[in-house]
Amino acid sequence: MSARVSILRSSAAHAILIAYTVIALYPVLLIVINSMKSRRAIFNEPLAFPTPETFDLVGFHTVFEQSDFFLYFQNSLIVTLASLFFVLLFGAMAAFALAEYRFRGNLLMGLYLALGIMIPIRLGTVAILEIMVAANLVNTLTALVLVYTAQGLPLAVFILTEFMRQVSDDLKNAARIDGLSEYRIFFTISLPLVRPALATVAVFTMIPIWNDLWFPLILAPSDATKTLTLGSQVFLGQYVTNWNAVLAALSLAILPVVVLYLIFSRQLIRGITRGAVK
Amino acid sequence: MGNLTLHGICKSFGAVDVIHDVDLEVRHGEFCVFVGPSGCGKSTLLRMIAGLEDITAGEVRIDGALVNTVPPSKREIAMVFQSYALYPHLNVRDNMALGLKQARFPRAEIDAAVRRAAKMLDLDPYLSRRPAELSGGQRQRVAIGRAIVRKPKLFLFDEPLSNLDAALRVQTRIEIANLHRELGATIIYVTHDQVEAMTLADRIVVLRDGRIEQVGAPMELYRNPANEFVAGFIGSPRMNFLDAPALGQPGKSLGIRPEHLSFSRDGGQIEGRVSHVEQLGGETLIYLHADPHGLVTVRLFGEHAAEVDERAFITPDMARAFHFGADGQRLAA
Repeated sequence: MSARVSILRSSAAHAILIAYTVIALYPVLLIVINSMKSRRAIFNEPLAFPTPETFDLVGFHTVFEQSDFFLYFQNSLIVTLASLFFVLLFGAMAAFALAEYRFRGNLLMGLYLALGIMIPIRLGTVAILEIMVAANLVNTLTALVLVYTAQGLPLAVFILTEFMRQVSDDLKNAARIDGLSEYRIFFTISLPLVRPALATVAVFTMIPIWNDLWFPLILAPSDATKTLTLGSQVFLGQYVTNWNAVLAALSLAILPVVVLYLIFSRQLIRGITRGAVK
Repeated sequence: MGNLTLHGICKSFGAVDVIHDVDLEVRHGEFCVFVGPSGCGKSTLLRMIAGLEDITAGEVRIDGALVNTVPPSKREIAMVFQSYALYPHLNVRDNMALGLKQARFPRAEIDAAVRRAAKMLDLDPYLSRRPAELSGGQRQRVAIGRAIVRKPKLFLFDEPLSNLDAALRVQTRIEIANLHRELGATIIYVTHDQVEAMTLADRIVVLRDGRIEQVGAPMELYRNPANEFVAGFIGSPRMNFLDAPALGQPGKSLGIRPEHLSFSRDGGQIEGRVSHVEQLGGETLIYLHADPHGLVTVRLFGEHAAEVDERAFITPDMARAFHFGADGQRLAA
């Protein structure tokens, strides 16, 4: 009896989850299948899978031939990984300081650093552009890395501070008695213990940076510094859009995010469930 | 050598004063136990000696040298924590060796020190395991090993047995006592358990609300408590405090330990009703309700029968009773 109830219950749960997965993956699937079809087939039957007659990789050919796809790809990767590195490093350091040290204005400092979560950085676009012009950083990847680091830090500090507080004080004190410097305590003891939180922050930080169109368009639109998202826009014209190429470029853009996500996901799940169980 | 001197030590967290003007002298080789109820400041005091907390006022001297501003690693101390605090990413050997490696000792010397400590604590088979693969008792032995390896002037123990189960606690307690005999080192040990304090200490420091209530050898505190708090804290089961005026005695309360009361059904000084009986085999604890004294504990050796709700009498051994005034201080005999 109870076994049957639980089978019913778990199949219901699975049905809901599968339905959600289908809905969430549907647009992605649509992009991927249409990227492999001829232009006519995309418009005739947008929902059909590619068949031998409609299968066509012209979009991919266009992407590879007409644009500096690999350069854009490389730019995106450099910007995303560099920003991610700095967000995690500085975010974790700030979180460590806020969680570990008693100093005047600790709470205020924490709130100040978290303020950025509520205020979208795009409100400051004009000022940022002026700063970048003054600093001679327009059309460099550095400009993007700086902006994205600033954009990612508030959430990183906010989440990591909570996790840093959970690292045992005794452990850090034992290390102090053993003569470890504060930097070594941070790198060898605190940081490994908050790894699941780092993965969570990494995923939340990485995706908006990879997908962003706004700042590359404004700060680094030159051909040498275009990111993948911006690079794909050349196929979207005011009058004519090369859908094959757009869909192919988007399909390719999905890949690295999936790879990075897979790397972080094991840790991510631990990070999400940890707060729940303990 | 390992002499410790505390002079006028105070500690405040913001506006809250947690330690008030503590003076204490711990001689080389002494096993000194800080005991008191939770929140009395004993751990804070220990952490100030270790250098993990700032000192608001006063002086901490180790072997005569002022160490107020010396960082923990330079004070030549070692500390064992309640939560073991082992480095999760290092194996047992590296956990014990880390302090010496930081101090740039030669490798051969580190190896020898680790091996010696491992032998002393029966940790040889576990040297290449990670802390996660050890039991609670083994972890605590590693933590103690990590302290021994450093050959410190002072060993600081912060409730090291609190996380162990009862049987292991007794065993580890004996090991710590043996260790003290073997090393002859100065040990400062914090606990809230008066049994640990009584069994381990050369000298007990009883703390309450950040003040020292009394300092003395275990039996000195048992036989000669300075005030009602110490009298109630040292000894198990707890001392009874009877209503002194009702017994025609001076002071406000008459302190008498459960083992210094005689029990009888036929007659005695105080009449009461048995409310609970605990048979422990070797001894019997009888809880008696007597007006106006409240619940009185009687400790009898061997097995004794008593019925709940039966009428009974107790008589204090006046030679072993203590008189306390209204302020809780002991009255001169």
